[in-house]
Amino acid sequence: MKPAFLLKRFLFLILVIWSASTITFFIPRLSPRNPIRERFAELARMGGFSPQDLEAIIASYNQRFGLDKPLYQQYFDYMSAVFRLDFGVSLNRFPKTTVELIMESLPWTIGLLLATTIIAFVIGNLLGAVAAWPKAPDWLRSTATPFVLLMGVPPVIMGVLLLFFIAFRLKLLPLGGAYSIGTVPNMSLEFILDAARHQILPALALVLGSVGAWVLSMRGMGVTIQGEDYVTFAEHKGLGPFTIFRDYYLRNALLPQVTGLVLALGSVVTNGIVVESLFGLPGVGRVLDQAIRSNDFIVIYGIVLFITIAIATMMVLVELAYPLLDPRIKLD
Amino acid sequence: MATTALPQQTIVLPSRTRLFFNYLRRNKSLTIGLLMLTGLVLFTVIGLFTIDPKHAYPLSVPTRRPPSLEYPFGTDFFGRDLYAAMVVGMWQTALIGFMAGAIGTFIGTVLGFISAYFGGWVDTTIKGICQILTPIPVFLIQVIIAGSLDKRYVTIFTMALIVVLLAWMGPTLVIRAQVLSMKERQFVAVAKLSGVSELGIIFKEILPNLLPFIAASFVGQVFTAMIASFYLAVLGLGPLREPLLGNIIWAAQSQSAFFNGWWWWPLTPSIAIVLILGSLALINMGLDELANPRVRRTE
Repeated sequence: MKPAFLLKRFLFLILVIWSASTITFFIPRLSPRNPIRERFAELARMGGFSPQDLEAIIASYNQRFGLDKPLYQQYFDYMSAVFRLDFGVSLNRFPKTTVELIMESLPWTIGLLLATTIIAFVIGNLLGAVAAWPKAPDWLRSTATPFVLLMGVPPVIMGVLLLFFIAFRLKLLPLGGAYSIGTVPNMSLEFILDAARHQILPALALVLGSVGAWVLSMRGMGVTIQGEDYVTFAEHKGLGPFTIFRDYYLRNALLPQVTGLVLALGSVVTNGIVVESLFGLPGVGRVLDQAIRSNDFIVIYGIVLFITIAIATMMVLVELAYPLLDPRIKLD
Repeated sequence: MATTALPQQTIVLPSRTRLFFNYLRRNKSLTIGLLMLTGLVLFTVIGLFTIDPKHAYPLSVPTRRPPSLEYPFGTDFFGRDLYAAMVVGMWQTALIGFMAGAIGTFIGTVLGFISAYFGGWVDTTIKGICQILTPIPVFLIQVIIAGSLDKRYVTIFTMALIVVLLAWMGPTLVIRAQVLSMKERQFVAVAKLSGVSELGIIFKEILPNLLPFIAASFVGQVFTAMIASFYLAVLGLGPLREPLLGNIIWAAQSQSAFFNGWWWWPLTPSIAIVLILGSLALINMGLDELANPRVRRTE
């Protein structure tokens, strides 16, 4: 790997983060809405303090957050804060910082998204490969079709339908939340099983919503690989069908799929967030949902930036890992 | 030498409509998609003539009625007739999708053309901007834009604009790639040699050949725009008063509809969304087949 290449990818990463944070800096400032005034006007209405103090409080807040400085100074402060991964303090759950809120909820989100993405990727690619493999039995090849049909259903809607049929009608699984009401998170087996039961439906919604895309692209890939000479050559060498399937067919089709996985990261996170807020799971999605409901703008902007930086970084990392998957690739 | 004239066989060309229907018979996904879409359009149009649009808004009918003859889809917690809400909501969802799809495809086509046809630093700039913006999860930026707007000013039109603001990169890259490959084809070289002007080549030679791609990218754009606006509404960032399908699901979830046994409330908009997106996905697959003759089946 040449250092020039590394430098180029690193610059690209910086450019992506810079443009994302520039967008999140300027959009709210172009808007006529003043989150701090709105927030305190709301508190004043609820009778927290006398309305006369409102202006004084807003002024002190503006000073505290540097909102009274000239715009270029604010922009500079904001950028240096972003590169220090400092996303500010929550308006609604003061004195918690945005990073603290994200860190509390991140394990739930990572657990759910990692598991569902891997499951969907593995199932989808296997089914897609089998669907394009002429030697596979017919019943096995046709199992892929229902998943392709489900592709048009977004995971949130899948979630609503699963909630209705499995949780509401059949009463097999809970209707929402991460654990039963009244239990306190602990490390006992009972609690872990209970929490796992609550994760089944959201996980199923995410998996069912994304398997189809993998099936479709893998099937397309598989059809082209079948005609390749090296597959015919392997057959003539007398290799068993399973060895050919695994080493010649799957291995070669997989690399473009890994690229697809990287490109899908954005929609994986989007779907994860919406599904989490639908099921009321304590992940980043619910933090975002609560922030939207309580007009906690600093947290909204912080979460968006955090996720953008995470996704862009992961994309570059996976790209750097390509040579491990395919020895023919040299990065330069 | 005597010559015998062979009896002239008259060749009957099938009419255009006939060819169209023959093609539809081959392209099943396009047919089913179009049929579903027609059904949905009929539902909305007939609905718009028969319902009182006021019933789609809160406090117009008795609350929390399960589906019955009077209210075929039931009514919700806020006193909306869900049948009326579906008619208005589908109409609004379609409006957002089509507006955003049309604007996005237009911007994408223009930028893609400029980028590919003129090349040089213009191409580098446009392509670079697209590449830098692509890794940014567009939906999250839309969350920021929608969140920054005052709720009172969020309408169906602003929703469409929010969605389209960061959604033109896809069509731009697709059209750019197509123009690049088309530019090198022989018919363009022939046109150039015959003295056709630049504008003539763009509008008379390349554009007509691009139409299937533009149509496919339009349907794709409508699809993405509908999903994006739907997701924003599910998170409670839509125009809260309007009976947008996502809004209804958000409201149902906020009131714990399933816990309270009001199952029809979130279920109705979900099924509507499945039908809309399903028909568009099928049409998209069908158009793909039309645009890429390589995957076109002959049967």
